[in-house]
Amino acid sequence: MDVLTKTLTLTLNGEARTFAGALSVAGLVDALGLDMRKVAVELNREIVPRSTYAAVALRDGDVLEIVHFIGGG
Amino acid sequence: MDGITQLDDSWRVAGRSFGSRLIVGTGKYRDLPTTAAAIEASGAEMVTVAVRRVNLSDPKAPMLQDFVSPSRYTYLPNTAGCFTADEAVRTLRLAREAGGWNLVKLEVLGPAPTLYPDMPATFDAAAALIKDGFEVMVYCSDDPIAAKRLEQMGCVAIMPLGAPIGSGLGVQNPLMIRMIIENAQVPVLVDAGVGTAYDATFAMELGCDAVLVNSAIALADNPVLMARAMKAGVEAGRLAFRAGRIPRRGEASPSSPVSGLIR
Repeated sequence: MDVLTKTLTLTLNGEARTFAGALSVAGLVDALGLDMRKVAVELNREIVPRSTYAAVALRDGDVLEIVHFIGGG
Repeated sequence: MDGITQLDDSWRVAGRSFGSRLIVGTGKYRDLPTTAAAIEASGAEMVTVAVRRVNLSDPKAPMLQDFVSPSRYTYLPNTAGCFTADEAVRTLRLAREAGGWNLVKLEVLGPAPTLYPDMPATFDAAAALIKDGFEVMVYCSDDPIAAKRLEQMGCVAIMPLGAPIGSGLGVQNPLMIRMIIENAQVPVLVDAGVGTAYDATFAMELGCDAVLVNSAIALADNPVLMARAMKAGVEAGRLAFRAGRIPRRGEASPSSPVSGLIR
């Protein structure tokens, strides 16, 4: 988090999004309105284990991919 | 029913046992309720799924998992859309975290209009995935040498195409499919190309362990009916394979005795 501006700019699924204040992965998933049990999160190309979502703090400039299962062959 | 057809005829892959020899894809359906109804009718126990970005602008949109429960069906995440080993590994690591299992379908495709398996890239990706602890069911060309190499690398099932994806042409090269089956120590599944129920029957009569079908069900006028037809087709083919068909002959052979006729 940028301490001067107190905002957090993340790249989520390829799009820049700005949040106010500190955020964990769990906080982000919740803020996005997603069901934690149905998604998987990659942070700067590393998998974030679901059990650690609450403990992983996000930093300004982090790049995240949030995925789920869809129909496929 | 007689006792013989009731006997357990399950098949195993990666330590898991399945009664149904039909695996179905979950793509291309008009909507999720139809997906769920067709899969139910198919009797399948394993379904293929894709991994994609969540639509962040519509987080409450219905998800596949709400209609096709991962607790009821074994999800087989695929690598559709991946063109390199790195992309495949990255995608399936996410799938593993989302679903918590190691059994995956590797497919690395070449460009349209063939979408033919890119075998050099498939070998690379298979090696990377196996090294990363995945149990890899691999979509591949109908090439017995390539199939054997994939098995020797540690792939848990070999899945040659019957015909190009979505073509509905049925098994185009039964000789090679049969050679792959006869040389394999792991399950062989025909994946891709099935158009209607008798294509699935034909594949099973060749001795495949199972058949994977998506487009033929999803894009049928009535997907639920076609799913039921595929279930019957797979079962018929499997029973016929076990029964042992008669040899093909170039001449007729009367079905009724030729002696004892009235004069």
